[in-house]
Amino acid sequence: MIPQMTDKLAELLKQVMGYIYPNEIEIHWSILIVVYPYLTGLVAGAFILASLVKVFNVKEVQPTYKLSLLTALAFLIVAPLPLLLHLGHPTRAYEIYLTPNLHSAMAMFGFVYAWYLMLVLLLEIWFVYRQELVLWSEQEKFPMKWIHKIITLFSKDVSQRAVDFDRKVVKAITIIGIPSAFLLHGYVGFIFGSVKANPWWSSVLMPIVFLFSAIVSGIALVILLYMIIIPFRGEKIDMSCLDKMASFLFYAVIVDFSLELLDFIHRLYESEESIKILTELVINKLFVSLFIIQVLLGMILPLGIMVLIKLFKFDQELRKLLYFVSVILIQLGIFSTRWNVVIGGQMFSKSFRGLTTYKMELMGIEGLITALVVLVLPFLILALLLKIFPPWGIKEPRLEKA
Amino acid sequence: MDRRNFLRKTLSFIISVGALGSLKEILNIIPAIAEVKNGELTKPVYGMGIQIDKCIGCGRCVEACKIENDVPQEPFFFRTWVEKYVIKKDGTVIVQNIANETGAETVPEKDILRSFFVPKLCNQCANPPCVQVCPVGATFSTEEGVVLVDEKRCIGCRYCIQACPYGARYLHPTKKTADKCTFCYHRIEKGLLPACVEVCPTQARIFGDLKSMASPLVRFKRMNKLHVLKPYLNTEPKVSYADLDGEVR
Amino acid sequence: MKNLLPKLPEHIFRLFLVFLVFLGVILLVRFFIPNSFREHKVQIASTVEREKAREIKFAGTSACAVCHEEQYNIKKNGYHKNLSCETCHGPAQGHTENPTEIKPPAPRDRKFCPVCHAYNASRPIGFPQINPVAHNPLQPCITCHEPHDPKPPETPRECKACHGEFERTKEVSPHVLLKCTTCHVTPALHKVTPWSVRPSKPTTREFCGRCHGQESTVAKTAKVDMASHGEKYVCWQCHYPHAPEVR
Repeated sequence: MIPQMTDKLAELLKQVMGYIYPNEIEIHWSILIVVYPYLTGLVAGAFILASLVKVFNVKEVQPTYKLSLLTALAFLIVAPLPLLLHLGHPTRAYEIYLTPNLHSAMAMFGFVYAWYLMLVLLLEIWFVYRQELVLWSEQEKFPMKWIHKIITLFSKDVSQRAVDFDRKVVKAITIIGIPSAFLLHGYVGFIFGSVKANPWWSSVLMPIVFLFSAIVSGIALVILLYMIIIPFRGEKIDMSCLDKMASFLFYAVIVDFSLELLDFIHRLYESEESIKILTELVINKLFVSLFIIQVLLGMILPLGIMVLIKLFKFDQELRKLLYFVSVILIQLGIFSTRWNVVIGGQMFSKSFRGLTTYKMELMGIEGLITALVVLVLPFLILALLLKIFPPWGIKEPRLEKA
Repeated sequence: MDRRNFLRKTLSFIISVGALGSLKEILNIIPAIAEVKNGELTKPVYGMGIQIDKCIGCGRCVEACKIENDVPQEPFFFRTWVEKYVIKKDGTVIVQNIANETGAETVPEKDILRSFFVPKLCNQCANPPCVQVCPVGATFSTEEGVVLVDEKRCIGCRYCIQACPYGARYLHPTKKTADKCTFCYHRIEKGLLPACVEVCPTQARIFGDLKSMASPLVRFKRMNKLHVLKPYLNTEPKVSYADLDGEVR
Repeated sequence: MKNLLPKLPEHIFRLFLVFLVFLGVILLVRFFIPNSFREHKVQIASTVEREKAREIKFAGTSACAVCHEEQYNIKKNGYHKNLSCETCHGPAQGHTENPTEIKPPAPRDRKFCPVCHAYNASRPIGFPQINPVAHNPLQPCITCHEPHDPKPPETPRECKACHGEFERTKEVSPHVLLKCTTCHVTPALHKVTPWSVRPSKPTTREFCGRCHGQESTVAKTAKVDMASHGEKYVCWQCHYPHAPEVR
């Protein structure tokens, strides 16, 4: 282990530009920590899309409501995994519950996560699906019958009163859920934004930028899933739903873009002590991932496409194609955003005098393959969840009455 | 009392008790309000003075530290290190870690405006960002103001390494826990000097109790114009430098 | 009040029950976790104990003095009086515990002393430095210098033995032909106790004017009108005497 590592670091040492503190040669938060905020961002974004239906009564988006919830759940289940894998001692992770340091933003992770998973997502999904679960469990055979029965806690109450009650609870949970989703991802931004030692991270805007990029990525992901899954099932894509989602995506991207631009201009204008090294960093190390992928491909291009869609009346098929391309570009862009924050923030020395390099491992526990597995895992979980909670079942017949 | 009322009262009671209890805890996050942790009168508060004009850059301190504290020998892990600054006449600044000068630019003497060595180590901040961020409380300030790491509980998340403005922490490659200078806690508790101070041939490092009335450290603080590293971050270092150059970061 | 209380559907109670069970499990687990796992104070105390118990490798000079009184007494009056024994001899705690088996090394070759005493432009002014290539090549340092009292075998004839940095600067400057003693009056004691007896420095403008004044008869020097040229300053406030600018 050590000789290998020594060789690797010795190799890195040769690529150091300028002076870095000797302990800074290693990039400590690797690709897995890039994946983590990306995943939680998708969770928060998907949830906020879902809440549009319940809280703001955006009827058009109804067809993706349950899909968004399940997406959020699938990604939330996987979200702690990259964190756990990257720990030096994953077996000690439970300490975050035993002796949380209340001054630490990171210690809040366990609680924010538990709150969000238990009290928001699971509860909301349970109440949303309860009526259907009861009906399914009556019609189905073993084993699904039993799975659904257990999930309903063997309750068979689908009386009007019970269902009405469920609907109220769902609304209440969603109202609690929005700030919780903000909390979940805003807090990830805070973890970075509160590190005063690191001028690339330290910014009050960080939690807000994280939040809006989360919303962007979440909506884009649900659009993507919707556009893939629906044709797969031989159904027709609801164009008004798609247009509406794309329109929300458009606004979210504009806000996100403006915030990031504001951050950028603000830094440049203030030109603090760190500006020289940050400029070096951006030009030498992040040029492709920041300017080309994040800004050009991940923001300006999709924005342009969506402006075109809004200006001209393209026909359905072309719109679908353009949306599809845009959301994929946006995913790429947001992943790149996470990369630039996490990896970029560690590639310059806190002495502001030099840059180091990140060499991603391929195999190793913090390597590319692990990261890919972690990225694919939520989709497998989502597939399973779609089996257990088919989101296209009964079309909430009672909703219209309300 | 009906059930709802009862529930409400119970709930509000729990919340208010919890809020009162945690309010103090929350306020403690703000350094100005936090109680001074080194409050016990009988305990010393350790600090170090570094006289830059005395450092000859021999690197004995770095070597001694690695031996005394089982720091890996590879040049990527240091509890203390020495930087060499060369400020050229054209204004460019060249910094090197003297333990690892391979590939570094050698400046012809006639181009040097000024040059000096700066020993670095953990500043044992009174307001340590590393302690603030540790999620499990595995790193803490002792009563003597020394920041230690509990290697039995550190989960290796490396947030503390990110939070340290001075690059004083590293992840121990075999223990997989954060590691840092302890002022040689095991030595100073027995009345010995930290290893780096012990072997320094020129007394460039001065160690002592900041609360003492008369000691080399107190004299150092009386006789010199002092500075700490990155004071604007309000970490309140307990390692102070005499004759510190503005280029040192 | 009572009619405001909605009768909750029964599945809510089932859900509530699940939560209670969940909560119960957490509390139960908590109950079985020993206090020492949860108490910060306990853990801090045990860490402090663990840190205190760590092995010492450097024994400290006073530990050496107990047995090696002779060397200690030599050292305490010499230039190396502030040097710890272990700076050169390495960590010796093992030796104090097992003096016969474990012997600290005594570096005797030419490589060791230049760690501190090789000339390096970054070293502070006045620190004794030599050029390891030119300074008595191939001879081990200890043939001339007793490391415990490392005064030079004979008083250095030339200033550059200690002040290499000035010599080097001066060598490539117009002042190359001047001797240090032209400007600095150096008491003999300075060569024995360099820190307590210092050489003098010129104090007046007229001193430089002897060569650089218009009336000076010294050939090939830059001449200025001492009356008008920078009258309120002494010369070295602008010009660096060891390497005066040529322009």
